[in-house]
Amino acid sequence: MFYLIAALTLAGALAAMTLKQMVHAALAVTVAFAGLALFFLNLDAQFAGFAQILVYIGAVAILVVFAILLTHGAELPKGGVFSRTWFVGLPIAAGIFAVLGWAVIASSKALPSEAAAPAVNVHDIGVALVGRYVLPLEILALLLTAATIGAVMVALHEKERAK
Amino acid sequence: MSSPLTGYLVVAALLFSIGLAGALVRRNAIMVLIGIELMLNAANLNFIAFWRYSPHPEALTGMMFAIFSIAVAAAEAAVGLGLVIAIHRHTGTTDLDKMNRMKG
Repeated sequence: MFYLIAALTLAGALAAMTLKQMVHAALAVTVAFAGLALFFLNLDAQFAGFAQILVYIGAVAILVVFAILLTHGAELPKGGVFSRTWFVGLPIAAGIFAVLGWAVIASSKALPSEAAAPAVNVHDIGVALVGRYVLPLEILALLLTAATIGAVMVALHEKERAK
Repeated sequence: MSSPLTGYLVVAALLFSIGLAGALVRRNAIMVLIGIELMLNAANLNFIAFWRYSPHPEALTGMMFAIFSIAVAAAEAAVGLGLVIAIHRHTGTTDLDKMNRMKG
């Protein structure tokens, strides 16, 4: 089960980063997000899994497709989809993966082994959100409001000036 | 694999590297944003995996961090894509290789 979901997620992510047509890439990244939601469900984090489905597959993927279509991203660029400096970016990413992988493998003996599934339901999460984590929740509400207004302002600004 | 956590951490590291490679290599600003989203998601997977195998999962720390991180990522995507659309209106391109001027 784990390997199936891992293969699905990584294939989606790889396809998203290599596909030339950006609409296809947006669909591939949706597959990767769905794989991550399956991972969360597999890890007994139902709330995070469904939040992932709602936020990423429901909102972010739609937003990305809208942005691609609004900026004529469906047309293939003449100079190829990769940056002029791709030969710098790839070794950096490979190096970061080597360091992360080495750290994980080297510390795998110290990691905790199989644990019983945590008995946490949505009720506990709700109580924690308005109890111990109420201040972060309020800040997050402010951030989301500011981000929504800011996104609309930024995207509208140029049009008003042109009039 | 001595611990089930190792597999999740390796997958998250791979996902992070793929996202980073995409963010560094792609030309289009929207694809760079998608790469950043993948990197954020890889971090979320780590949070959830560590929460699942932690000695005190009932404290919900990793779970809460992941939920807040999902919300912040949503705000980041909205503002980022709004900026890309504004830049496209202004310069007529989303190609990062052509965006080499600070002054419009």
